[in-house]
Amino acid sequence: MSSSFTKPVPTPTPVTQPFWDGLNAGQVRLQQCNPCGRWIHYPRNRCPSCLSADIDWHDVDGIGEVYTFTVTEQPTAPHFSDEVPQKLAVVELPQGVRLTTTLVNVAVSDIRVGMAVKPYFDALDADTTLLRYEPV
Amino acid sequence: MGLSGKAAIVGFAEYQHERKYVGERKFYTEQWAELTALACADAGLLPDQIDGLVCSDIREAGMFVPATIAEYLGKPVNFAERVDLGGATAVGMVWRAAAAIELGICDVVVCALPGLPIPSNPIPQPVNEARYFQSSSASWGSPQAEFEIPYGNLAQNCGYAMIAQRYGAEYGYDPVAMAKLVVDQRSNGAKNPNAAFYNKPVTIDDVLNSKLIADPLRMLEIVMPVAGGGALILANEEVAKQCNHRPVRVAGFGEHLTIKTPTYAQDMVRTPVGPASAQAFAMAGFGAGDMDMAQIYDCYTITVLLTLEDAGFCGKGEGMAYLRDNDLTINGALPINTHGGQLSMGQAGGSGGMTQVVEAARQIMGRADDRQLAKHDLSYVSGTGGVMSEQSALILRGA
Repeated sequence: MSSSFTKPVPTPTPVTQPFWDGLNAGQVRLQQCNPCGRWIHYPRNRCPSCLSADIDWHDVDGIGEVYTFTVTEQPTAPHFSDEVPQKLAVVELPQGVRLTTTLVNVAVSDIRVGMAVKPYFDALDADTTLLRYEPV
Repeated sequence: MGLSGKAAIVGFAEYQHERKYVGERKFYTEQWAELTALACADAGLLPDQIDGLVCSDIREAGMFVPATIAEYLGKPVNFAERVDLGGATAVGMVWRAAAAIELGICDVVVCALPGLPIPSNPIPQPVNEARYFQSSSASWGSPQAEFEIPYGNLAQNCGYAMIAQRYGAEYGYDPVAMAKLVVDQRSNGAKNPNAAFYNKPVTIDDVLNSKLIADPLRMLEIVMPVAGGGALILANEEVAKQCNHRPVRVAGFGEHLTIKTPTYAQDMVRTPVGPASAQAFAMAGFGAGDMDMAQIYDCYTITVLLTLEDAGFCGKGEGMAYLRDNDLTINGALPINTHGGQLSMGQAGGSGGMTQVVEAARQIMGRADDRQLAKHDLSYVSGTGGVMSEQSALILRGA
């Protein structure tokens, strides 16, 4: 069943643009704070530990593990009725950051907390790529 | 640190909670006026004694909400607060009111959270698709608009389900224990005429066979939207002595906020209610073991489980066994949600947490009728906003 609602897509901001540019190029980019070394996601103008503005972008492989997940039998909003069952997940990267995503190319019954996953670059159009995940 | 415990809840009002409301629809200002009148009459106070108010959002205004309410009630106030803590709002209202009273800037404070439907607008309104995103902000620049909503991580069910799933991976998950919590609460709620599920107890099998909504959460573990709402009046010690009921003193409180989206919680299964409750107990000079009852915010079963653990009613990882091994009804050693909780009342918009505070007051005052506890001097109350992102706790005691 397709949805009559317009699918919500991210609109990058000046601060977050490099993250989305990275995804469009098939690359996961994360920020790291230079003074304190903390990795940062989602992107910010200041480090959420020391509030430094001295932050650089780095390319990472994006491989991580499922920290938690849920499978929804009801769409979380009508916009996602064509995605049910939604395989929502939180992925933790070795850099210590977590991100919200959805899992693809995996059977519902195979999803486990702790399973290794890798990025799946889902290009919605020329301007927007979402970072989904699939089993390694 | 903190309150001396001299400010007290002296009266309350609570709408009957109904799944299919057929009564008169009222704007939030109108419900504010009605609830305030009812709560004043309950306390035995004259409306003109009100000199403070604590509100949350109203449907009729996005800004200047306290002034709008003061004007509508015709009550000039020395103290006005707007609390924006989701389901933790009611608890947050109570301590703010008590603090203002102890500061001496006001004597009588009304707190209300309306939750009845408003009248239908005769002018058709355009459909706003973003309203389905509920508490996730779709505004440009909002982290949720960019990193949550496009993936469908919005509303409450999936966030709480992911917390429950993580809990299960760390400590083990027992669907039967969670079902028993629902059964015990619904047993309490069956004795509460204000509850949407009055006289409607359920069995373990009813819960386990209810529809899976977001794995592992099932329909009967999730609050049902209803019409309702409630209000409280707090007063200083002198005024409280003149009121109709045993004063319910605000002996301690705590509040702790961490994140908006659980993805970014430092630890998804160690929740902000821990530090909030520790502060509340320390301020009041009591521990979890001293409580006669616990009115625990229960948007979902997992919320109650984590609150029992993090507030110290049992050890970390022991919550499932606690639910299995203890009678949580009004007959148990520590009754939980003696009104049946929101799992029995239903959740009336942003007013769900008010039911927990009202019930604690009702029990301590000795006015809980068929479900009145024999020992009813001390209550723990919790509030939970967002997806366990902002939580608050109260210790209420009889005078």
